[in-house]
Amino acid sequence: MRAWHFTEMPYPNLPPIESLSTMRVSLPNKLFDPKIGADLYNRYLDEYMIADDLGLDMLCNEHHQTATCIDVCAPLTAAILARQTSKGQICILGNPIANRGDPIRIAEEMAMIDCISRGRLEVGFVRGVPYEIFAANSNPTETVERLWEGIDLVTKAWSPVDEPFNFEGKFTHRRAINLWPRPYQTPHPAIWITGSSDLENIKRAAARGFVFATFLQPHTKVKWMFDGYRSAYQDMGLPGGGGTAYMPLVYTADSEEEAEKGARELTWYLNAKTEPQYRNPPGYVPVDFNVNALKGTFTGRTDAMRAKSMEFLKEEGVMVYGTPDSVAKQLKRLYDLVGGFDHLLMMQQAGWLDHARTVKSMSLFAKEVFPQIKDLPRTKPLNTKAAAE
Amino acid sequence: MSGSGNVQMIKAGGLSIEVERRGAGRPLLLLASEEQLESGSSFVDELAKKFEVIMPSPPGFGTSERPDWMGNPDDLSYIMLDVIDVLGLKDVTLVGFSLGGWIAAEMAVKNTTKISKLVLVDAYGVKIGGPYDRDIMDIWTDHPSKVVTAKWANPENGKRDFSTMNDDQLTVVARNMESFARFCWSPYMHNPNLRQRLHRVTVPTLFIWGEKDGITAPSYGEAYSKLVPGAKFVKIANAGHYPHLEATDAFMSALNGFIN
Repeated sequence: MRAWHFTEMPYPNLPPIESLSTMRVSLPNKLFDPKIGADLYNRYLDEYMIADDLGLDMLCNEHHQTATCIDVCAPLTAAILARQTSKGQICILGNPIANRGDPIRIAEEMAMIDCISRGRLEVGFVRGVPYEIFAANSNPTETVERLWEGIDLVTKAWSPVDEPFNFEGKFTHRRAINLWPRPYQTPHPAIWITGSSDLENIKRAAARGFVFATFLQPHTKVKWMFDGYRSAYQDMGLPGGGGTAYMPLVYTADSEEEAEKGARELTWYLNAKTEPQYRNPPGYVPVDFNVNALKGTFTGRTDAMRAKSMEFLKEEGVMVYGTPDSVAKQLKRLYDLVGGFDHLLMMQQAGWLDHARTVKSMSLFAKEVFPQIKDLPRTKPLNTKAAAE
Repeated sequence: MSGSGNVQMIKAGGLSIEVERRGAGRPLLLLASEEQLESGSSFVDELAKKFEVIMPSPPGFGTSERPDWMGNPDDLSYIMLDVIDVLGLKDVTLVGFSLGGWIAAEMAVKNTTKISKLVLVDAYGVKIGGPYDRDIMDIWTDHPSKVVTAKWANPENGKRDFSTMNDDQLTVVARNMESFARFCWSPYMHNPNLRQRLHRVTVPTLFIWGEKDGITAPSYGEAYSKLVPGAKFVKIANAGHYPHLEATDAFMSALNGFIN
């Protein structure tokens, strides 16, 4: 079991949330104070370095035009950490390849960071959540096609060639591709994909030997997704050998009371509101999902989550909090409930959770929880053919 | 399709295209708005007394096929011209509403040999201003309640009760929304090349515009009409983006004066 520290790098210094109609896309940027922003960026990066010192791995992502995440460029974060750390793995989860529009630039940046880190990079590719459509102005009906065209092109571009090659696809045209540098790892870094409901997409990723990650979902749903992954996994010789990854909100403290207070700070992330038009742009989900939306039977994850209590979320495995032994017990329970998993991704900082409490929680986790779970076995594929080989 | 006409699937441009036909007389090709509310409205029955009203659903709308390569209204216009050929139509009065108007304009700059008159009603399709100007209200980034107030002079007219629709009808609604976004997302609601081509429209052309249209304002419509040689521009009071639905009598009066 590998354990990864994560924060979305929020900017919580906002007017009262009740007075805002949205925290994403159209919340005016005049509310961003660059002096506060500077402090926050440097603090969050310090916390990643502390994670590395503690023996945890480092996970980052990117979002745009939102107070929930001021990390607008995961490659920048990964590059800073590549240079400033030396032990842990660095995972970008993920490059919004469907929205960024330039897979070749992504391929180059990943190769460069992989070299600087001497092979500690893991590369995620994501479609991006619905609200990201607006900052990128990508066509919401094309994101899945763009994602896979981009992944195929990046993996080809990472390969050694004798001469430049062309690519004239639906979304990208280049006439002389010949990447300098190439990635440090062979054949290239591990690739991660995220998802929450599209079983076809999950199985497609599994068949390519990618890692599959999902976030903040009830454990029954996580098991369903992980079973789907395991039934389709093929070992394609990538570093790390694929696997499943799950992210809950995680807070560890000396007492249950302290743990509950810290965990409550993390729920800021679940309560972040977004105007309705940003949550489901037309064609982002398939027609039958939208038929249910018209009937009022599809509300998406966050509406359902927002209404629940912390106890309920803890029971579901969306939140993990308590004393170190309690956290270890919750994680082992989760491990059993979902048929095992390989990467624990921990949102250990969110909203107003300050530096001192974040570091305390991270340290307690690293010193007293991680030793109890790190030997949980890597999970096996369900398909017997792969298991037999 | 919610109307009372005869609905058939035909093959046009290699694609399976749904066509509804109502009435008898000279052909009037009616290209509906993206929401396809026209077919269920009484003004079509009135038109059907003097014309054969032919309402094809463009690829991606209604039950018409949508191939992956179909990218924008420029692409759609070729298939709609194919429909005219396949049905053997001549002397066509072409009337387009909103997105249907944009498609009609794209058809007219290509080939008007079988088209004798053009009517564009609160149509999308061109950009009038500069890079920082919002010529057309952004219906996908603005809050849905703001879109309703901009679209309808009386928002009550815009209420749709999805609970009374069956799954087939809801599938059409959801697919229409998806196709509309797929074809019109970026450049937003216009073809940057269309305004350079509108000089080729040599058939008599009428622009009809709702005075209270907050999505495509009358000033936009008027500037659009000036790009088509000899085109007339008329406003309908007490109506928003769909004057044919909100002020049907005044609309029909303006339309009949031109097409009869």
